[in-house]
Amino acid sequence: MVERTPFLNFFTHLILFAGFIFCVAPFAIVAIAASHNLRDVNDVPMSLLPGSDFWVNIKTAWVTADLGPKLLNSFIMAFGVAAGKVIVSALTAFSIVYFRYPGRMLIFWLIFITLMLPLEVRIVPTYAVVANVLEPYQTILDLTGISWLIEKVSGVQVSLSLGLLNSYSGLILPLVATATGTFLYRQFFLTVPDELTEAARMDGAGPLRFFIDVLLPLSRNNMAALGTIMFLWAWNQYLWPLLITTDQSHAMAVTELKQLIPNVGGAPEWHIAMAGTLIIMLPPLFVVVLMQRWFVRGLIATEK
Amino acid sequence: MASIAIRGVKKNYAKTAVVHGVDLDFASGEFVVILGPSGCGKSTLLRMIAGLEEISEGTIAIDGTVVNKLEPRERGCAMVFQNYALYPHMSVAQNIGYSLKVAGVPAAERNQRIQAVARTLELEHLLDRKPMALSGGQRQRVAMGRAMIREPKVFLFDEPLSNLDAKLRVQMRSEIRKLHRRLDATSVFVTHDQVEAMTLADRLVVMNGGRVEQVGTPAEVYSRPASRFVATFVGAPAMNILEGTVELDGLSLPGGSRRLAMPRAGLPVGTKVAMGIRPEAVRLVAPGTSGALSATVDLVEELGAGRVIYVDLDGAPFSVMTSEAVHAEPGSTVGLKISPEDMHFFSSETGSRLDVFKASVPEPAL
Repeated sequence: MVERTPFLNFFTHLILFAGFIFCVAPFAIVAIAASHNLRDVNDVPMSLLPGSDFWVNIKTAWVTADLGPKLLNSFIMAFGVAAGKVIVSALTAFSIVYFRYPGRMLIFWLIFITLMLPLEVRIVPTYAVVANVLEPYQTILDLTGISWLIEKVSGVQVSLSLGLLNSYSGLILPLVATATGTFLYRQFFLTVPDELTEAARMDGAGPLRFFIDVLLPLSRNNMAALGTIMFLWAWNQYLWPLLITTDQSHAMAVTELKQLIPNVGGAPEWHIAMAGTLIIMLPPLFVVVLMQRWFVRGLIATEK
Repeated sequence: MASIAIRGVKKNYAKTAVVHGVDLDFASGEFVVILGPSGCGKSTLLRMIAGLEEISEGTIAIDGTVVNKLEPRERGCAMVFQNYALYPHMSVAQNIGYSLKVAGVPAAERNQRIQAVARTLELEHLLDRKPMALSGGQRQRVAMGRAMIREPKVFLFDEPLSNLDAKLRVQMRSEIRKLHRRLDATSVFVTHDQVEAMTLADRLVVMNGGRVEQVGTPAEVYSRPASRFVATFVGAPAMNILEGTVELDGLSLPGGSRRLAMPRAGLPVGTKVAMGIRPEAVRLVAPGTSGALSATVDLVEELGAGRVIYVDLDGAPFSVMTSEAVHAEPGSTVGLKISPEDMHFFSSETGSRLDVFKASVPEPAL
């Protein structure tokens, strides 16, 4: 039902404007705070007129927290997660939707259940696995007595070890392994008409050919949407990077922001903290602006 | 060009049987139409020929090679789908050329063949468009181009015209027919539209409930339907059926003393039969004419060139088609004259045709 009267028009715009202010105000305050000097930013109440030290603060924040390499780290991780997610979920959904094999539904539900077990819930076992990826296999070998057998026969003690702490793989892989993307793709693949699959078969295309030539181009919008969401999500990860990166060379921008927040007893340099925040906010903002058009299309409708 | 031999083909889905043993032979270069109501297994049969459905039992051979275990691409068939199934993200040229691209044909040759096909189908000016920007008829043509470019031995059509409007359908029908004459490939066309079937077919296969009811030329199927089902399914308006019993002095109709003169041959007295008469074979006469049945007019449908008059014959619905200008008001009484030689007889029990005057009817001219 669409109704148009001057009063309602005004009223809806009012609501829209209020929502806009509500969303934008925190960003504006961050930007304004980042432009004050030490004295102004600690005034109560803080002046809402921008100060003149914006670029100075940005530079200080950049140097103090050594943001250059950290932004790069964050970018590698977020990009890795987004790309990994897009590829792995497309492949798993393709397998689940287009092939008939025993245990297919079981596998689907196993993947689906991971939606209910986010990283935070299984963080201890995940940490253990990342600390030594081969640990589960070692346990299997030990329990079945195979490692004992090998030791008796060859004299070699079996001790598998592959640690991923402080590495990009360790940062990325556990975040890739969740179900959201698989589910999104599955729902999309189910809407692709069967006749298209059959036409491709008549044209002589095998399953992989069909996947690459037909399904992937059709799911462009989905990929963009999923990639964007995953990029933001990975960029904003805090707990996981904090846990597994002890080495400064793998530190993430978001976790390192903490260095800029004034300590107890230190100078209350909130303007520097805000400048740092602003820098770290920019890349995701840029990605959203860039992908916005695709993103919305991917989440709303399927092209016919 | 290829012949197709279908031997004892059955299709079961889990426990339900959809096709119950079909034996058919299509000659090389023939245009065969499979006609039947929805759910009769005609599409399933076509898809089994294409290789999109597994064959539960029996064999299908194309050019003498049994293709049961072959992938669709190895069978040399091309298919035109009901919803066209064009790849929405590819241009017309890419759609048409996709099978060649998959087969690894070099780009130069591919383009040449795309151009040739486009010329035949008058699609040259549309080659860069996406399917979304095409009209229904144009999409239909692209779908046909996609099938043609492979130069297949067999063309399969799965109700390709049912999504078009009436005018386009007639136009595409004649285009398909012309194309077939030019390409000379064996074509199998599935439809539920009997006009389409009659106009396109060299040979017509009528299916019902997973079985073949009749195979023959359109004229044969129309003039000598093999069963009561075929009789009522082919022809519009549908053939009238009157249940009756064979008596010494003719056919007695239920509900009384009415007798109809019938050919004096073959059927023993007392046989229960279903007598069929085409609406266009019934003549309207003045009520009370000797040898005519009288009936009450229910409804008159004006068709322009003729009219269909629905009447009530002792409670049984009955239709008459005439090209004469008659004034038959609903509620008035009319006389119906039925000649014995226009009658068809079917067994009341099995529905199969009973031939009463085999000798006297000449084979239909083709």
